[in-house]
Amino acid sequence: MFGKLFSFNGGVKPDPSKADSTREPIARLPLPPQLVVPLHQHIGGTPRPLVRPGDAVLRGQRIGAADGNVSSAVHAPTSGRVVAIEPRLMPHASGLSSLAVVIEPDGQDHRAEREYFDWHAASPGEVRDFLRDAGVVGLGGAVFPSHLKLTPGKQGQTDTLILNGAECEPFITCDDMLMRAEAEGILRGALIMKRLLAARQVLVGIEDNKPLAAAALKAAALALGDAALEIVVIPTRYPAGGAKQLIRVLTGIEVPHGSRSTDYGVQCFNVATSLAIWRALEQGEPLTRRIVTVAGNVERPRNFDVAIGTPISHLFDAAGLRPDTDKLIMGGPMMGIPLPGIEAPVVKAMNCLLASSPTLFPPPEAEQPCIRCGECARACPADLQPFELYWHSRARNFGRAQEYHLFDCIECGCCAYVCPSHIPLVDYYRYAKSEIWAREREKDAADSARERFEFRNWRAEREKEEKAAKLAARAAAKPAAKPAAAGAAAAPTSMADDPKKALIEAAMARAKAQKEAVEAKNTGSLTTAQQAQIDATEARRARAAELADGDKPE
Amino acid sequence: MIEALLVMAGLALALGAALGAASVLFRTQGDPLVDKIDAILPQTQCGQCGYPGCKPYATAIAGGDADINQCPPGGDEGVRKLADLLGREYKPLNAEHGVEKEKAVAFIDEATCIGCTLCIQACPVDAIVGAAKQMHTIVADLCTGCELCIAPCPADCITMETVTETLDSWKWRYPVFELKVEPLQVSAQPPAKEAA
Repeated sequence: MFGKLFSFNGGVKPDPSKADSTREPIARLPLPPQLVVPLHQHIGGTPRPLVRPGDAVLRGQRIGAADGNVSSAVHAPTSGRVVAIEPRLMPHASGLSSLAVVIEPDGQDHRAEREYFDWHAASPGEVRDFLRDAGVVGLGGAVFPSHLKLTPGKQGQTDTLILNGAECEPFITCDDMLMRAEAEGILRGALIMKRLLAARQVLVGIEDNKPLAAAALKAAALALGDAALEIVVIPTRYPAGGAKQLIRVLTGIEVPHGSRSTDYGVQCFNVATSLAIWRALEQGEPLTRRIVTVAGNVERPRNFDVAIGTPISHLFDAAGLRPDTDKLIMGGPMMGIPLPGIEAPVVKAMNCLLASSPTLFPPPEAEQPCIRCGECARACPADLQPFELYWHSRARNFGRAQEYHLFDCIECGCCAYVCPSHIPLVDYYRYAKSEIWAREREKDAADSARERFEFRNWRAEREKEEKAAKLAARAAAKPAAKPAAAGAAAAPTSMADDPKKALIEAAMARAKAQKEAVEAKNTGSLTTAQQAQIDATEARRARAAELADGDKPE
Repeated sequence: MIEALLVMAGLALALGAALGAASVLFRTQGDPLVDKIDAILPQTQCGQCGYPGCKPYATAIAGGDADINQCPPGGDEGVRKLADLLGREYKPLNAEHGVEKEKAVAFIDEATCIGCTLCIQACPVDAIVGAAKQMHTIVADLCTGCELCIAPCPADCITMETVTETLDSWKWRYPVFELKVEPLQVSAQPPAKEAA
């Protein structure tokens, strides 16, 4: 039904180096003595822990609940006891720590009771919630929560669902081996997604350097007998596995700047994600394991099926790390990030662990000035102008870099690969992107602070006015209530305008009324002797006053 | 002759009327320059510049009453941005108004807090929650680090804590690579100026 393949601009053809790690089938790695399961393994909110140190957990038990809808849950990979919930070293270029649940496996691997969920009968919204709580995220490396991608686009339906089995980056073979081993599960997952997205067809894109995986998928598709499934073998060219590039190769649709592929009726998932969706919905298995390729400077390069949270030292022990290794990389040689240490755990995003040695990857040549040859622009699969991005990023001219669509850069590394001046271009783009994000965060914080400051000032003003109005109202109400009692009280006519004056007048009126109301209590019933004494005292006082007046100098 | 005069006078009147109408119809609310300056200022509302908040300082700069180097939280970068915006000469921060510090947020030692609400009244951005005779606490995400709550506290229970980097706030560093050391050649020309 689809005879023609399309092509994307640019790209490079590095040595695939995939043969070593595909010689042997996937090995299931035994559990380590301790699992470190990070809570934040995906794009979106950090899950809140559901367990406490000392708690017993079962395999598949949820230990971190999704924080809002743009998040995903985290589960215990095996049964055991929670030892601690504390910051641990993350597999991240920063070398920073983040909150993780440390589990000591008990070796029993008891399974948590399966939540029965009939996805056939459930509404699409319920299925999405279930996938969120099953911790299914994109396993191609971006770890974007999958349930968010399973919404039909603006038109209410998706035309084409694409499964990404291209796996274009050198050394990485985890998807290749998974397709060979679990072809049927992958395609069943695709059919589930096809139903959720109301898609017309499912295209599985595989690079032509993976003939065994393509054959396995073709056989499985034949066995399933669904006409909508099509396995498409595409030419090997890095980065054919980029979502936008694969969409272009398979459908010819070029997703423009600022829009999503769903706007064009196309949605793309990694093959491992498809399998995870099938396992979650059909077998009730949340995402607690993944396949990791261990390659590079190791004795026995291979793919391992490991529990999330396994320290990477455990994998390198199994693969036999050579002593001359100088650097560990998470991901491939083109896009990978340096790992801060061997204690960091396996996370959902980890598709490959690459050991580097000076002979395997010689240290980069010294950076030389850009000679404006334009090679990078010819190699860029995102149709950008990498040299412009480089100049502006280097000069910290971030606004201009964004004008050249810095954020359309997929950091594939093709530009740096072809650069004759050995400029680490991607490092500049990553620097510029994270600076721009930091500035945006600061800007948002400043805007919210300004808003709160202005609100506070407005509130202070309002409170002052309210207080004055209240006092004025009280002052106006008082004399009106008892004009008879006050008798000769000053008429409250001119007091409404000035609250302060009103206050004073009210107080004076009160005092006057009080004075008139009160009589001396000890003058009521006096004997004649007492009265005479008082009169004598008054006379003395009057004389004293007269004398005092007479003494006054004129 | 008279016709030409009439035409010119008529034109002048018509254009004058149009301009007058435009000045009424398209009047800008407030001073746009103040808003532009205010957008650069960090909104700490700390008053270190000598004005009660960022907006008053922005107004003072726009009015020519204040210099552009009086905002320590905005730092050197802030001064540069203001200099760019206003076309003025860059000058280093005026030390009279304080020095640029690392971003910090206030922290209340909740065991020592007596619940006097003085800090709540001092906080310019409503980042402190609490009530009379109840423990107070600072919402760290909302705190701008202005330090205005420290002085009023009678129990001295507020300290400033430096904000540490997290995975979310971490930034890629500016790429710096060691230069390759070339073996010294006898007949070498003076070294290239690449080291800069």
